Amino acid sequence: MPDATGLELIAQELRAAEGAGPGAASGSPVIDTVFFRGRGTLMVEPERIRPVLAQLRERGYRFLCSVHGVDHYPDEPRLGVVYELLDMGRVDRITVKVLLDAEDPVLDSVCPDGETGPGWPTADHQEREVYDMFGVVFRGHPDLRRILMPEDYEGHPLRRDFPVGGEPVRFTFNERNATGSGA
Amino acid sequence: MSGPSSSDGSGATTLSEYRRREQSISLSPIEQQIAEVGAEETREELLTLNFGPHHPATHGVLRLLVTLQGEIVRDLKPIVGYVHTGIEKTAEDKSYWKVIPVIERMDYLAYYFNAMAYCAAVEALAEVEVPPRGQYLRVIHLELNRIASHLIWLGTSALDLGAVSIFLYCLRERELILDLFEMSSGQRMHTRYFQVGGVFEDIPRGFEAKLREFLRDMPARADEYGDILNSNEIVLQRLRGTCPLDAETLLSLGVTGPLLRAAGHPWDLRKADPYCSYEHFDFKIPVGTVGDNYDRFAVRLAEIYESVKIIQQALDGLPEGPFITTDRKVALPPRHELATSMEALIHHFKLVTEGFRVPPGEIYMPIESPRGELACYVRSDGSSKPARVHMRDPSFVNLQALSHMVEGSYIADLIATVAMLDPILGGIDR
Amino acid sequence: MKREPLPAAAGSLDERRPLVSQLSSRQLLRGSELLGLNQPAHLSGAELLEGAELERHVHERVLTTNLDKAVAWARSNSFFPLAFGLACCAMEQFHAAGPRMDIARFGYEAFRASPRQADLIILAGRVSVKMAPIIRRLYDQMLEPKWAISMGACCSSMGVFNNYALVPADKFLPIDVYVPGCPPRPEGLMHGVLKLRKMVQDDPDMGWRERYEAHGTEEVLPEPGAEDHRGVAVNGEPEDGHLA
Repeated sequence: MPDATGLELIAQELRAAEGAGPGAASGSPVIDTVFFRGRGTLMVEPERIRPVLAQLRERGYRFLCSVHGVDHYPDEPRLGVVYELLDMGRVDRITVKVLLDAEDPVLDSVCPDGETGPGWPTADHQEREVYDMFGVVFRGHPDLRRILMPEDYEGHPLRRDFPVGGEPVRFTFNERNATGSGA
Repeated sequence: MSGPSSSDGSGATTLSEYRRREQSISLSPIEQQIAEVGAEETREELLTLNFGPHHPATHGVLRLLVTLQGEIVRDLKPIVGYVHTGIEKTAEDKSYWKVIPVIERMDYLAYYFNAMAYCAAVEALAEVEVPPRGQYLRVIHLELNRIASHLIWLGTSALDLGAVSIFLYCLRERELILDLFEMSSGQRMHTRYFQVGGVFEDIPRGFEAKLREFLRDMPARADEYGDILNSNEIVLQRLRGTCPLDAETLLSLGVTGPLLRAAGHPWDLRKADPYCSYEHFDFKIPVGTVGDNYDRFAVRLAEIYESVKIIQQALDGLPEGPFITTDRKVALPPRHELATSMEALIHHFKLVTEGFRVPPGEIYMPIESPRGELACYVRSDGSSKPARVHMRDPSFVNLQALSHMVEGSYIADLIATVAMLDPILGGIDR
Repeated sequence: MKREPLPAAAGSLDERRPLVSQLSSRQLLRGSELLGLNQPAHLSGAELLEGAELERHVHERVLTTNLDKAVAWARSNSFFPLAFGLACCAMEQFHAAGPRMDIARFGYEAFRASPRQADLIILAGRVSVKMAPIIRRLYDQMLEPKWAISMGACCSSMGVFNNYALVPADKFLPIDVYVPGCPPRPEGLMHGVLKLRKMVQDDPDMGWRERYEAHGTEEVLPEPGAEDHRGVAVNGEPEDGHLA
């Protein structure tokens, strides 16, 4: 893991690179850096996720371990998508996090190749899972449909305001009342 | 491409709905290519075959939509979700201690590994140290679980390839390992033995003797399995040279574990980024050369010997001391203290009713499971229940490599490759 | 081809045993009795049995039953389970078929892959929302008579995971035996299968209900307004003849 100063250096380099890059919008891609328990996290603008990952790939973080979602309810912005990167040569891990609103969460998919460089094919199923569980729509994903729930399911189960569900437990006192299974 | 349309009316509503849903799955781009080129030019049609969720050779409820040209696989689409249990949602509802049995049932062959990843993540968040004896006991059980998982893989793979008797031999060994688990924790599977801060209980008298007996016999038994399968011409022909995939593609697909090591890339988290005192042990990492099915098989078989070595060293060097952290805010006090100490009673009460609180933050903790990099992402919001528990399961990511592996090979090779991929649907579907 | 009788030792049975081709049909029918073989000790020679001895002779050799019982006996001893494992319970199902807890000693080792050939479905593991219609289709494809065992806590009730993603098995399948456990030991699964065997033989094992002469799931509840809260006994009658 890069230590705290290493993380700041990476963030500075990213800000500098993005400012000079082609088609770069104004403003820095890296919103914040968090160094917690020995791990570094870069909080990144949602629109810049592909360039940031491409830059990190050039720095050696070539292995995308995991793409997963978090729901920060009740904090806003609610939905987060977390990318875990690994540099196998130096055994170095870095986390990139993107925050989105729950009303219209759209994010560029990092799966296909694009103008920022080659894509990360490992994100295919993982982005589908984030879509299924949280509702984040990934622009440009080759085949975005539900992966774990049935295709026609409504709702995004891992959001914090989705009920856990389940069957009522039947004891003797509510045996006949509890809508349950069997006779 | 997906059967008759819903023109047959009576009683076929469910049938047509099912077909309609299947139509939403767009199949291989190769079909579109062939349609563009013109059907006359390609004499053969493409056949879509459904290896349904209920199939004797898919390991668990895996559904594969296979597009075949004759007997050659042109495209493969895995459809998962048939054993989705909402484990991550359930885990958000329970206190940290109670999440352990829930999370153990995810990858149901490597249950200690699930618990280890989760406990390591919570320990990192709560800044809890695991005492050395606890770490060594963890290593012993983890490596025993690795051997058990590889034995089931070997048994079911050999069953798929046709060598039926290996299945019973592997179960014979696995019974011994499950006996050991039962001795240390009372349960054969899903033992809830790993707790945050260490292990639940010390090993009983007789465990060490029985474990040494097992370690004495296991290498010879693994030799037996190797001999039987390596001298079986059919198994060799089905495994050698079939469905290879190079390390570059595997890395871009996020594949880790024995699959990556079989392709020649020596990446093992136990050596690269040691956790839980793995750096104290001397063991090798089996690495393959070609990356075909035979290398995947050989790498896993060799890992059994290495695990035996690790357990031997851990048992010989087992340090004295507490097996769980002495921090009473996180771990239950020993029962004899409850009779004498008021603080112990208060801690016990607090831990059992509300559970311990973890400072807010998030962490991603990877370990090396029998299938690859298993990681646990825990986000805590300061309360006694985790705000998000996500397991990065290796089988889920490794499954993406399947379509790349089997493209252009026969159905029989597909079966062998699914077996060598070692998918565990509980981990894939969570 | 002429076969010569083997030379026999003097005084042995072989001397007395004639060639089969030389016996008359009547002699063949009563052959062993004529030779004094297979006779109980208290009978000698070729006596015809009468009375109590005849009854005992018949009791030792003849079994009467009705066709239903015979068919049920055959069915119960030859279940063909469907090779169907969903999750962790499937691992313990393998162990039930394994060398230590051998399911083959009961005759149930023929796990069939095709539901058309199976008559017992052991639902081993958690049934998710996506999988439930598929299991129902499998069950429908099985031919009568068919039975279902729900193995493990997840399909019997909701198990460890009481949430949106699971369905208890008896919501869509009629289950005959529920085997609790998470996962049940192979011995537990065998106990369940053997209970099913007794059920199929039309002799269901009522377990504790037999011991306490209970019916259903009544509990002992206190009679409302009773002075001594002795309550009502399980099968509806007041205990000890006490009227509360």
